[in-house]
Amino acid sequence: MTLTEQATERPEVRGVRRLSQPDPASRGRGGQRFLLVGLTLASVYSLFPVWWLIVAATKDRTALYQSNGLWFSGWHLWDNLHQVFTYQDGIFLRWTANSFLYAGVGSLGGTLIALATGYGLARFDFPGRNAIFACVVGSFLIPIALLTLPLYLLFSAIGMVDTPWAMLIPCLINPFSVYLAKVYTEATIPYELLEAARIDGAGELRIFFSIVLRMMTTGGATVFLLAFVNTWNAFFLPLTVLRGKENWTLNLGLYNWTGTRLESGIDLTGLVLTGALLSIVPMAIMMVAMRRYWRSGVTLGALK
Amino acid sequence: MIRSMRWKGAAFTVPFQLGFVFLYLLPIGYAVYESLFTEKQSGLGLGGATTEFVGLDNYTQGLTDSAFMTSILRVVLFACVQIPMMLVISLLLALFLDALTSRVAGRFRIVLLVPYMIPGVVAAIVWVNLYSPDVGPLTAIGKALGFDWNFFAPSMVWPSIGNLLTWHGIGYNMVIIYSALQGVPRELFEAARLDGASELRIARSIKIPFVRGALVLTGLLSIIQMLQIFNEPALFRNITPQTVSDSFTPIMIIYNQAFNAGNYNYAAALSVLLALILGIASLLFYRLTSKEAD
Repeated sequence: MTLTEQATERPEVRGVRRLSQPDPASRGRGGQRFLLVGLTLASVYSLFPVWWLIVAATKDRTALYQSNGLWFSGWHLWDNLHQVFTYQDGIFLRWTANSFLYAGVGSLGGTLIALATGYGLARFDFPGRNAIFACVVGSFLIPIALLTLPLYLLFSAIGMVDTPWAMLIPCLINPFSVYLAKVYTEATIPYELLEAARIDGAGELRIFFSIVLRMMTTGGATVFLLAFVNTWNAFFLPLTVLRGKENWTLNLGLYNWTGTRLESGIDLTGLVLTGALLSIVPMAIMMVAMRRYWRSGVTLGALK
Repeated sequence: MIRSMRWKGAAFTVPFQLGFVFLYLLPIGYAVYESLFTEKQSGLGLGGATTEFVGLDNYTQGLTDSAFMTSILRVVLFACVQIPMMLVISLLLALFLDALTSRVAGRFRIVLLVPYMIPGVVAAIVWVNLYSPDVGPLTAIGKALGFDWNFFAPSMVWPSIGNLLTWHGIGYNMVIIYSALQGVPRELFEAARLDGASELRIARSIKIPFVRGALVLTGLLSIIQMLQIFNEPALFRNITPQTVSDSFTPIMIIYNQAFNAGNYNYAAALSVLLALILGIASLLFYRLTSKEAD
């Protein structure tokens, strides 16, 4: 309604403007500059903490505390890396391997289960289908504490607390992945194709593994990527179900290192910062390598 | 569809169903069950503990637990400030990007998404150190500008955490709003321009109403996350335990009740309460925002 009002209201003004400003592009340029300045400021805000972290990881202890935080002062990156990987008998490497194990294996299994479920929900009509989908969507609202605490009790009852299983098994079931997989199936797998395969005598399992999965590589990659990032970033679950240092994730290890100053007075700030930088590297590589997939995943998942 | 095929279709969802029962329904049921009991030390505490059915006592205790209620109020108040701020910035940036050519917009979008790629714990580590008076540059910058700020002071803790959350969340929210904006039919803009509408007017009257759905969604997701906030205050607590108490947020209280006090039954009741509050808050928010649309 506002548009039509405006249309009837100011036809003349429009004509005047056109005459006095024959080049509409020049009018836009000032505005364009304003946009660029705004976005550049936002970019600086986004990037300077990361820049500071990179700079900090190249400094030794004295420079870390005394030099300008935003610029280099001496090059000690290799010493810092050496220290991170050798401190406490190289436990950092163990944590890295754990993070890769939980995020990699857990997400792979979770993705496979999610794709099968999404396909089942999207392309078959069976009683209870809506109930399952309601569970998927409803579970987005369940707070982590409500799940994690009783899960800890259940896991401890069957002796799984403090084993890799306590991290891996929860990763297998990811409602958000199922939701994404269903949306992707609806977008990429036509009914006609399934009918054709059935007429050719292919069994349902064969159709799923050799046709559906193959056509869902893009969707599957997105589901995997998002699940991987989620597990890599997880904190509350590992904090709850992993007790011994040797099963920890990177996040848990770094969190523990930040706390040692209070407990024992040992300042590990340099180690923590270098370790923090290292823990971003795999994320960055994955995100860049799979940019095409995850961008569509983030937006698709949010909007549909 | 033929009957046998229906069941074959259902079979594809069986692994998920089993997992869902074991990892979701069973724990929730267990939590509700546990919340109805309490452990009592018998005699002088020497005879071991006995578990007693107490009905809803844990819940009434939770609802009158001032620490728990304060922590919820604290988080809700904070959400009322931080979430609108973050969403307005995200919306502005999305509108800015939308007004640029897609090539330039693409570059900025990647840069603005960098914080989102960083794990929450690492983001908190980075900012805690940036805030730190000895390691971080912010104190020195503040001094140069004439501010004598202490990011860990009790009055500054929430702004400090708020900035961290905003920094971490802008990119994600911006991408969702931006892709909603991309869905606006471009002819509408042309028509509006021909009618003499300014770019500002177009943004206000066409673009923002069009992305309302995306704003409601990002708002809802932010509320859900905020009520469960744990990582950031936990890391702040590692550095300044005097300002960030162990009952700072609801989940911190629940965690402490379960693992430091060993009071699982009470912790279970509190988590059920938190889930209910979360559900009510989401419903209220959804009702409120969809009513406005009429």
